[in-house]
Amino acid sequence: MLGLELDAVLLARIQFAFTISFHIVFPAFTIGLASWLAVIEGLYLKTGEKRYEDIYRMWVKIFAVCFGMGVVSGVVMSYQFGTNWSVFSDKTGNVIGPLLGYEVLTAFFLEASFLGIMLFGWGRVSKKMHFVSTVIVAVGTLISAFWILSANSWMQTPQGFEIGDDGLLYPTNWIEIIFNPSFPYRFFHMVVAAYLTTAFVVGGVSAYYLWRGRHQKHARIMFAMAMMMAVFVAPVQLLIGHAHGENTMHYQPVKVAAMEGNWERGGNKPLYLFGIPNEETETTDYGVKVPNGASWVLTGQADGEIPGLKDVAKEDRPPVIWVFWSFRVMVGLGMAMILTGVCAAVLFFRKRLFTSRLFQLWCMAMTPSGFIALLAGWFVTEIGRQPYTAYGVIRTSESISPVAAEQVAISLILFIIVYTLIFGAGSYYILKLIGKGPSVKKDKGAYYGHTMEASVTKKLTTKDS
Amino acid sequence: MFDFSTWIDLPLIWGGLIATAVFLYVFLDGFDLGCGILFPFAPSDQCRNKIMNSIAPFWDGNETWLVLGGGGLFAAFPVAYAVLMPALYMPVILMLIGLIFRGVAFEFRFKTDGRDRRYWDIAFHGGSLLAAFMQGMILGNFVQGVTVEGRSFAGGALDWANGFAVVTGIAVIFGYALLGATWLIMKTDKQTQDWARKAARYVVFFVFIGMVIVSISMPFIDPRISDLWFSVPNIFFLLPIPLCTAIAFIMLWRDLHSARECRPFLLSIALFFLAYLGIGISLFPWIVPFSFTVWDAAAASTSQSLLLVGALVFLPIILIYTAYSYYIFRGKSDEHSHY
Repeated sequence: MLGLELDAVLLARIQFAFTISFHIVFPAFTIGLASWLAVIEGLYLKTGEKRYEDIYRMWVKIFAVCFGMGVVSGVVMSYQFGTNWSVFSDKTGNVIGPLLGYEVLTAFFLEASFLGIMLFGWGRVSKKMHFVSTVIVAVGTLISAFWILSANSWMQTPQGFEIGDDGLLYPTNWIEIIFNPSFPYRFFHMVVAAYLTTAFVVGGVSAYYLWRGRHQKHARIMFAMAMMMAVFVAPVQLLIGHAHGENTMHYQPVKVAAMEGNWERGGNKPLYLFGIPNEETETTDYGVKVPNGASWVLTGQADGEIPGLKDVAKEDRPPVIWVFWSFRVMVGLGMAMILTGVCAAVLFFRKRLFTSRLFQLWCMAMTPSGFIALLAGWFVTEIGRQPYTAYGVIRTSESISPVAAEQVAISLILFIIVYTLIFGAGSYYILKLIGKGPSVKKDKGAYYGHTMEASVTKKLTTKDS
Repeated sequence: MFDFSTWIDLPLIWGGLIATAVFLYVFLDGFDLGCGILFPFAPSDQCRNKIMNSIAPFWDGNETWLVLGGGGLFAAFPVAYAVLMPALYMPVILMLIGLIFRGVAFEFRFKTDGRDRRYWDIAFHGGSLLAAFMQGMILGNFVQGVTVEGRSFAGGALDWANGFAVVTGIAVIFGYALLGATWLIMKTDKQTQDWARKAARYVVFFVFIGMVIVSISMPFIDPRISDLWFSVPNIFFLLPIPLCTAIAFIMLWRDLHSARECRPFLLSIALFFLAYLGIGISLFPWIVPFSFTVWDAAAASTSQSLLLVGALVFLPIILIYTAYSYYIFRGKSDEHSHY
């Protein structure tokens, strides 16, 4: 067909990578946004200040758009395991099936039902109940993260199972499965990443308002809250990430070797600031390096031993350059976030936090930093797991569905077209909402024409009910 | 490691739970999708706003039952999931794409004011139509069974495109349209309600034809199905199902010519339930018809036990807060945006 040899495994991998990368952007943002909205609404209830309500009403609309896109792309994910990775599903279903089942039962329904109240419940439930709904949605997003990251971490560091005579995996200990070794690190790393992603979006948007001199009162609140996250949480993320790296070195040493571009196991290994790992010559070329840096960071000693890619056979190594560079993008952006926090603290003490135009420009530029860092981080951990789906247990090439490569190609093209369209439209509406900003007036019904008939119907219906 | 398999028949219970989840999905998202199917035929933009508002707070929760159906199948019957998804590859992908357009149309439509609202109207209708048709095709293929070798699908890439599946696809479109129309009779008033009643009278006729065709075809699919239905004494136990269906149709027809507001919707649900029950009885105990029974395909009993605890604890809670959400948004829908 088409004179091309289509590789079903590669296409299925690209399709999964594409649909999951598209999907994760939205939950990551909504995890952070839901928690932040809960805080904002809590502040509104406590202080009764109208500004908080305006901020809530502006961002809840953005939340709705993102949540909608997260839901529809998430439903796709729940079927991707079966459509493209059916052999993997069959083999591991006993182990990770229940984890995904718990995610649906404990999180998805909770989020979906209370989201309805959060969006449309104004005036239908008390202010307190509305706040409770927001909190429930926020908690739901965290519960969801708990289960899905547990399942993902199990694929990275599988344990608590045995392989039966039929080649299927059978659970032997649920606690070991759910709380597998990389799970706590990955969970905290991801949740904090989600919070930072949201903080930098809010920070960027409010910096834009300050820069343009619009919505000053609202923008100051948002900007101050975002910068507090940059000051206090960005450095914490560095520590969590560092602990996660040590955990990975223990359980997935080859992944760490790929992250560092290190080929030979040994001590006194440099930290590459730049380099091109070459899988042919098994060297990292054009290196700009800090001597002993990698050994220092990972072991705390200049001569600490670092795993090397040559520890395993060629066919058991991940694609090195992807892991190596994704890692640098993630860490680089993380450092930029910390730097933002430092600048914010300095400007605060010089009483110029809300007036420095240069810093406002910088924060605007940092708006997408969380998304990019988050995706880069997932590239590191997922590509770094290759060539396995369940690390060391099932190879990716053995996980694929018995479907024709053409089918995978067609569905991939469909997803790319549809997602591009949806993403474009979603971004357009979000930018429009940002452009509009927190409106001070109540804009109930502003979307629809207020015709004579409409207002009469409205009165009659309210009388009826 | 707890395991309930010594006291209870876990695969049977899980088969029942998944069948229930899928039924809840079919009737809950059925009326959402039905509203989308009827959407462009509404007489005015105000009617369309009312239609949209009547389901906006619920669609997300309703769609979650589909995720539970898929996730539950994966967890409780991994091999069934692993066989059915590749077998139904294209219909599933197209259904998902339909659901994507339908879902985002809610969020995007509320954000637009001008001409581009029209595009989201088209996305809402087209997405609902596509999703409904593909769900019908999935049903049509499911009841015919799929080609299996070992633990994998072994049929062709276009097996799913067959005449019977097209018939079930169209039948499901009309079925959902009936659910949607009767939902709107209940949730709207005046012009919209009058129109919904007219639409329901129209589609109920096609639903009747669709159900007759599918019911007549079913026994021809596999001799086991005809033996089940037409042997003595089974026929006497099973006769109430077609009888109740006939009664429900007659009552619905009369209700649609009266001023009743709620009963048509309940009768439509009853019709769906009876049709679903008929199919369920015909196919029992197959989870992948004619290849895997629920016992063949069952996950490890420890896995089914673990998730059963979750289902027993959380499903009642889910039903309670879902009911609470419907209670909050009770009454007639209006045409204004609420957020």
